[in-house]
Amino acid sequence: MSVQNLNTFDPFADEGDPLGSTQDVGSQQNYIHIRIQQRNGRKTLTTLQGLPKEYDAKKLLKAFKKEFACNGTLVDDEEAGQVIQLQGDQRLKISTFLTEEGIAKNTIKIHGF
Amino acid sequence: MAEEPMFDPSLKKRKKKTVAFSEDPLGAEADPTTPAPVVIDDTTTNGEAVDMGPKTMHEQMKQNGDAGAEDGAEERKEDDDFKAMFGDLKKKKKKKDIPMDLPEDNSGTSTPVTVPAATEDLDFSDLKKKKKSSKKKAALDMEAFEKELNEAKAKDADEEEGGVEGPAEVDEAELGDDPFARNEATVSMDAGNEPWLNSDRDYTYQELLHRFYVQLHASNPALLNSTVKRYTIAPPQMLREGNKKTIFANVSDICKRMHRQPEHVIQYMFAEMGTTGSVDGSGRLIIKGRFQQKQIEHVLRRYIVEYVTCKTCKSPDTLLSKENRIFFMSCESCGSRRSVATIKTGFQAQVGRRSKNKTG
Repeated sequence: MSVQNLNTFDPFADEGDPLGSTQDVGSQQNYIHIRIQQRNGRKTLTTLQGLPKEYDAKKLLKAFKKEFACNGTLVDDEEAGQVIQLQGDQRLKISTFLTEEGIAKNTIKIHGF
Repeated sequence: MAEEPMFDPSLKKRKKKTVAFSEDPLGAEADPTTPAPVVIDDTTTNGEAVDMGPKTMHEQMKQNGDAGAEDGAEERKEDDDFKAMFGDLKKKKKKKDIPMDLPEDNSGTSTPVTVPAATEDLDFSDLKKKKKSSKKKAALDMEAFEKELNEAKAKDADEEEGGVEGPAEVDEAELGDDPFARNEATVSMDAGNEPWLNSDRDYTYQELLHRFYVQLHASNPALLNSTVKRYTIAPPQMLREGNKKTIFANVSDICKRMHRQPEHVIQYMFAEMGTTGSVDGSGRLIIKGRFQQKQIEHVLRRYIVEYVTCKTCKSPDTLLSKENRIFFMSCESCGSRRSVATIKTGFQAQVGRRSKNKTG
């Protein structure tokens, strides 16, 4: 029979600081941001930033373009990484598309007006 | 009135259930017309309208209490509050269906309490019809909750002005996505006639929770007075400057109202809307791009949710202070303190001409 006090295993050891490992505590790192930008006239641009690595942005872009019937490109940004850029206001469509594909809704943040 | 005899027996047996149900379909219909009870109560006083005030107050308080227990519901409430904040903008939208729903609405507020038999019959015959039109139980429960909220709001609005503005917004609050069904939450049951006394089934969490609130409010009537105060902000005044710029005239007023630095608000707005701008000599904000009032309003609403209201107690009396590059929001009324997200602009796509200093 083992005496708990003599155990070498320390139940508190492995836990550590739950936030210690992550670089930026309290940042919106793992959110998917969907933003909108105004262009000239009634035109707008939708950007999708912060897509998790396991999704292929290129394939997703292709699906978006087909689904929403709009054009779009993949932009490489120093800070934001790969950003999908679509023509027109596709924010809600993107959000529903992603949620239907199994991305949790609370990780998606829709910005803009 | 033909349904009334077959409806009655079940009514006597399980009073609570039927009442709960009858209120729900009501909520579905009476939702947009919440000003009705407030405006009409005085005019169509038929017996129960007199004691309706305190009862509904009680109900509403209970609702608030329940909402406190469940996050999602609370979120919704908060949403509503913010919608109500700008309520006066859309006053005219919903007025037309007030008159036809009046009787139902009236009954709806009185059903949870012990109703005189005569009115009960009337109401239920009405309600039965409504029941068919309503679809899902979960949705219904939400609706009932919404309705309670509206009542609360209508009450507040009544105190302030007109009593028309608050509820007009409610249908805008997104309804369907609430995961938990709030069954039996709106029913008031007196201590002693709990439904599980007659059967040997287990009591549900909802019932116990409800019982708790009933007893809490029975023993502490003072709690009833602490209803949510509505947090109002003047609607943003938008002007167009030329073709491509928008002037947000009353930024400073709104910032003062929210007790926030205009810089912070402006920074948030620019980050959210993906644009830039400046403040002119008279304190107005000039935003690049065309924006409508409701768009700005939407952004402001989100700002308030994120940076003004206390996440714990929903009170807008908060202070924002900066420590070590992190903003902290401390609540004046409950004393909670939490860090808030930093404002980040995120990716900005190249729009229009390329700037000259950027090559490529």
